[in-house]
Amino acid sequence: MSGPLVETRDVEKRFDLGGYFWQQDKPVVRALNGVSIAIEKGESFCLVGESGCGKSTLARCIMGLLDLSEGEVFYKGEQIDRLSAKAMMPYRRRMQMIFQNPYASLNPRMTIQKTLEEPLRFHFPEMKNGEVRDKVEEVMTSVGNDPAWGTRYPHEFSGGQRQRISIARALMVDPDFVVADEPISALDVSIQAQVLNVMMDARDSRDLTYLFITHDLSVVRHFGTRVGVMYLGALCELAQTKTLFDTPRHPYTQVLLNAIPKLSTTELIHTPMMGEVPTAIKLPSGCVFHPRCPYANERCSREVPAGTTLDDGTVVACHAVEENRI
Amino acid sequence: MALLEVKNLGIEFPMRREVLRALQGVSFSLDAGERLGIVGESGAGKSIAAFAIINLLSKPGRINAGEILFEGRDLTVLDDNAMRDIRGNRISMIFQDPMMTLNPVLTIETQMIEVLKAHREISDNDARKIAVEKLREVAIPSPEDRLKSYPHELSGGQRQRVVIATALLTNPSIIIADEPSTALDVTIQAGIMALMLNLCKSHDMGLILITHDLAVVSQVTERVVVMYAGRVVEEGPTADIVTHPKHPYTRGLIAALPQEGTAGKRLNQIPGSMPTLDAIPDGCAFHPRCPHADDVCRASVPEIVKVGNQFSRCVKATELAEENSL
Repeated sequence: MSGPLVETRDVEKRFDLGGYFWQQDKPVVRALNGVSIAIEKGESFCLVGESGCGKSTLARCIMGLLDLSEGEVFYKGEQIDRLSAKAMMPYRRRMQMIFQNPYASLNPRMTIQKTLEEPLRFHFPEMKNGEVRDKVEEVMTSVGNDPAWGTRYPHEFSGGQRQRISIARALMVDPDFVVADEPISALDVSIQAQVLNVMMDARDSRDLTYLFITHDLSVVRHFGTRVGVMYLGALCELAQTKTLFDTPRHPYTQVLLNAIPKLSTTELIHTPMMGEVPTAIKLPSGCVFHPRCPYANERCSREVPAGTTLDDGTVVACHAVEENRI
Repeated sequence: MALLEVKNLGIEFPMRREVLRALQGVSFSLDAGERLGIVGESGAGKSIAAFAIINLLSKPGRINAGEILFEGRDLTVLDDNAMRDIRGNRISMIFQDPMMTLNPVLTIETQMIEVLKAHREISDNDARKIAVEKLREVAIPSPEDRLKSYPHELSGGQRQRVVIATALLTNPSIIIADEPSTALDVTIQAGIMALMLNLCKSHDMGLILITHDLAVVSQVTERVVVMYAGRVVEEGPTADIVTHPKHPYTRGLIAALPQEGTAGKRLNQIPGSMPTLDAIPDGCAFHPRCPHADDVCRASVPEIVKVGNQFSRCVKATELAEENSL
């Protein structure tokens, strides 16, 4: 197969905030402003950014959980963003999602067995009971869960166990592409490692492609093959993980990398960033980062930067990098 | 004499059928101006210990052993009136989620003045002056205007700064901060932690920082207490614990952190999960997850012993320190 597995082209998403019908310009949240990414097969593509930067919105747009305002989404070269629910069905089987909070994403009134069987019964109604049970057992074992858990309910499990059950549920229908939206942020440190390991094992044994959304850059360094950094609904840098951590180009990426708490024997030194995160209702003109950027000039406040591809393949949307000012 | 000394503290929760022991024999101390970190996963008992210090244990929890000495006075036997003089006045507390701590229907001004008036005879005007001064200290821009704001008008980072300013109003000698930066974004988190560090230094204020994040602890505190299943398992100077952890649990925690050298490989996970309070294993509570456990560990709870600069609750502490694989 040639071409990326999943691709977005200039995706925009706006949320209307109501207002009155006579109002000329009603308030609109501009959550995504022209985001283009291409995820190759076998990648663990990470999206990072602060809350409100649009990373979860992008994931939901890709999964078809939200309608796009502008732009296109492709899966193996086929456009999937304007499909009817019925036409979307085969893609839903191939694209699965793991959510952040394992306490909210499992139905408390369904046994684990039921929870895991449901996607199979839905996508493969012709499957026999025995086959379904075998499949549940196989997937449960592969994520390190005891298949005997089937008769129990979600409240009987700890956070890490629940998250492994959510992973099992996503893997039930043999997807190619899994979106994981902050899958480990709600878990304890020692459990985070367990869940990450399960996800990496599944990637290797099942040939999965991940879109991994997180705000934790230390996890990205460990898990990701490529990273997209988002700020206020725009992609500011897209690079190989190692390149991004060794030579962060975009000023925002540099700030973000400096902010990671590191295990150290020296005291915290912090250089604060100017200003606060603006809201997506009133986006700054030009480059959205310019009011907080130390390298901003007049052009930055006027012109939206387009992505520049550098020699090592990194794409940076920054006038200062383009003009070799930094 | 230490400013605060917790000696052999035990806390239990009598339930219908059994008594759950949330803390057993917990001892630590804090000198004036010292910064102490309490680290552990959820359920380790770190927050319970903090609540016990300011007598905010929720029912049916109760202290069943030990004492908490603040400036030589035992806080566990104080009546409500005497306790009110200390809580929020001499010892302040900061909680995780600033949106839950601040009252959404009152302005910042009302809430800050209320604190001052509760603890001393002061006019509204004088209280307002102190409030403005404290808001300035936590780097809130135009504090006079911000006093008139409601919590929802501020961003998450600003809100947490207001909460810190409120805790500082009465010039406490100890601040207890329970995961103060966990609910915030990385870039804002670094700012808040740097602020707390600087405030403690400039006011010669003691800090008890409760967190699950070893990286944050390593950058802010001078000494660390590591807790597991209601007991202190390791204690010592932060730099020593971070570089040469002695207890197998602390070692596991540090090894489980995603770090530069291990990118793409499996993480060193600690198998299993923290026991719940009704099923704490006999002997050393960590033995079912410990790679070094043998019959001695299963037989009895180990004493806490001095190894180098640290204290470790492990029968093999000395032995492990010698082979020191980390």
